Amino acid sequence: MTKEPVAVVGIGQTKHTAARRDVSLAGLVREAAVRALEDAQLTWADIDAVVIGKAPDFFEGVMMPELYLADALGAVGKPMLRVHTAGSVGGSTALVASGLVAARVHRTVLTLAFEKQSESNAMWGLSLPIPFQQPLLAGAGGFFAPHVRAYMRRTGAPSGIGALVAYKDRRNALRNPYAHLHEHDLTLEKVRSSPMLWDPIRYSETCPSSDGACAMVLTDRAGADRAPYPPAWMHGGAMRSEPTLFAGKDCVSPRAGQDCAADVYRQAGITDPRREIDVVEMYVPFSWYEPMWLENLGFADEGEGWKLTESGVTEIDGELPVNPSGGVLSTNPIGASGMLRFAEAALQVRGRAGEHQVDGARKALGHAYGGGSQFFSMWVVADTPPAD
Amino acid sequence: MREVAIVAFGQSDHRRDSAEVSEVEMLMPVLHEVLDAVGLRAGEIDFTCSGSSDYLAGRAFSFTMALDGVGAWPPISESHVEMDGAWALYEAWTRLLTGEAETALVYSYGKSSPGDLREVLTRQLDPYYVAPLWPDSVSLAALQAQALLDAEDAEDSGADERALAAVAARSRTAAEDNPHAQVTGSPPPEALLNEPYLVRPLRRHDCPPVGDGAAAVVLAAGDTARRLCRRPAWIRGMDHRTEAHSLGVRDLTRSPSTRLAAERAGAFEAPVDLAELHAPFTSQELILRRELGLGEGVRVNPSGGALAANPMMAAGLIRLGEAAAAIHRGAADRALAHATSGPCLQQNLVAVLEGDVL
Repeated sequence: MTKEPVAVVGIGQTKHTAARRDVSLAGLVREAAVRALEDAQLTWADIDAVVIGKAPDFFEGVMMPELYLADALGAVGKPMLRVHTAGSVGGSTALVASGLVAARVHRTVLTLAFEKQSESNAMWGLSLPIPFQQPLLAGAGGFFAPHVRAYMRRTGAPSGIGALVAYKDRRNALRNPYAHLHEHDLTLEKVRSSPMLWDPIRYSETCPSSDGACAMVLTDRAGADRAPYPPAWMHGGAMRSEPTLFAGKDCVSPRAGQDCAADVYRQAGITDPRREIDVVEMYVPFSWYEPMWLENLGFADEGEGWKLTESGVTEIDGELPVNPSGGVLSTNPIGASGMLRFAEAALQVRGRAGEHQVDGARKALGHAYGGGSQFFSMWVVADTPPAD
Repeated sequence: MREVAIVAFGQSDHRRDSAEVSEVEMLMPVLHEVLDAVGLRAGEIDFTCSGSSDYLAGRAFSFTMALDGVGAWPPISESHVEMDGAWALYEAWTRLLTGEAETALVYSYGKSSPGDLREVLTRQLDPYYVAPLWPDSVSLAALQAQALLDAEDAEDSGADERALAAVAARSRTAAEDNPHAQVTGSPPPEALLNEPYLVRPLRRHDCPPVGDGAAAVVLAAGDTARRLCRRPAWIRGMDHRTEAHSLGVRDLTRSPSTRLAAERAGAFEAPVDLAELHAPFTSQELILRRELGLGEGVRVNPSGGALAANPMMAAGLIRLGEAAAAIHRGAADRALAHATSGPCLQQNLVAVLEGDVL
């Protein structure tokens, strides 16, 4: 049985910011959804199902908020699914939505992910102590810093690589009107001298806490034919998970990430990702994760990722631009961050990324991860439909 | 449409309090039970999907601990819905329909015992206008039940408190044959009417027990299903629909989402002989039966249903599992399974299951 090809015909996102006090949760998600519908030139009536994702409910303090959001997202009378796979959720949500189209269960699906971090406190939401389970009392940074240190020790990477990534992504964000951080006066020196938070991660090497939402309209071949703007075509999508902590886990380069990438490349017929992929939107919440994921995703050999970063390959005008949108380091509405990576990859191959458009981008990777580097979701999109 | 079936089902014993075991420990025996039933290991399953709620666990990312229990090594293709496991099954079903997977493991679990469930569930209401009032789940169901009784009274069609008591007595008597049920046995309906109200017009027996529990199923496609199960429960159709959240814009005596989901699932194309309805409150069974057009000849909730055991996040998946198990046993040929979520039946899923002719 062949799957139905899946096309991205609408993309919408909010202007991300520390606190959107002017809108409710419903207002926030509706803003992104309406923009995605406008991009696709469709109405609510054209949508057959809604698939929504976000990170833990404790981040806003609303249990199963999709119930309350059903009205705002035009889901009344329609199927509505709610996905939650930790930080990878934005990507997973898009993949679940794509599955509905691929399986020909629905023809046109609205998928949306959001986080309104100002409603609560994510650090606190991550740190609720539970008996007999390892607490994450220092939030995400405290969990990931030792893994960054392990990467540096393992590869001999010089200590300044992370600052290069942060400086690059924040400069890229200046070209993206929707990005949260627009630090016009940022210099490399300022990144390097910013306060140390979780050694070796400095303040300017961490992601912000954002309010924001991202939405996409996914449709089948017939839907793509009617789309007013060029669609992005899905060539592969995969999820992989592994346990949080166990003796054999490689926290620097988790096998689940490697396997997930290999599966997506296989589906997309990619044998040399470094040459065949034109742009990458990678989930980099702490700057050092760019060189780490370059290796994990097969763009660089083991121990060589930091050299790509150092040589400028990942700059927006480099051979392999990584996060031309500014990435998670510039915008982090947690639940939406993964979908933003997927959506930005699609924007690039649609040629609709505006000032942060990478010239000639025809094939792009969207990447997300979550939990203790244990949940991965990825897709490859291109400007032409997949071969039959 | 590709043939997909439920080929194995397992559930824990549902209990008021399971403080001595973690969620993972509660789930593990059930996972092993269904995997053993089909002779597969976790690593041999193509896709895994689960349903649970962080709010019951009281911590973010609670499902990550359950994943550790699955034994996701080497890494597995896996996903999670923050919904009842019935919707995890739906996601897995669509994955099998694409042909990307031949088998899927679906599980869900919930422990209500650590908190006060009625208060916890208020947190799933509109956070700005409704949740601050803390209207609890039983009170909302009572509102719905009273609306139903008033409407029935106006139509003179007979649904009264005695009809509610009859649902309770029938369900809890049926549960005597269910070794996993939390509440079993019942006095006759007339005697139940002497009980005091909990929240008028609901008495305690009109409400589900609060408890902890877990469930799991294995799905398989086509010939794989035939190999793994003597009589697979084929999913002939499945659909789910949501309604408005605000109770003020809904007719609480109706469930149009259930009817639409049933229609899309093909439930009305031929009569069913068994129905497992996720009706946590007696009044909700009356609403669902009418929307689904279930006649007197249909066995409804022979397991005892949610009135005998209603572990949050698993009770809907259990309805699918119980219906499938009846087909596996040869006790049903065409069954309907229903799951619900949200206040006053806001969101509803309907599946139609069939066994091959014996």
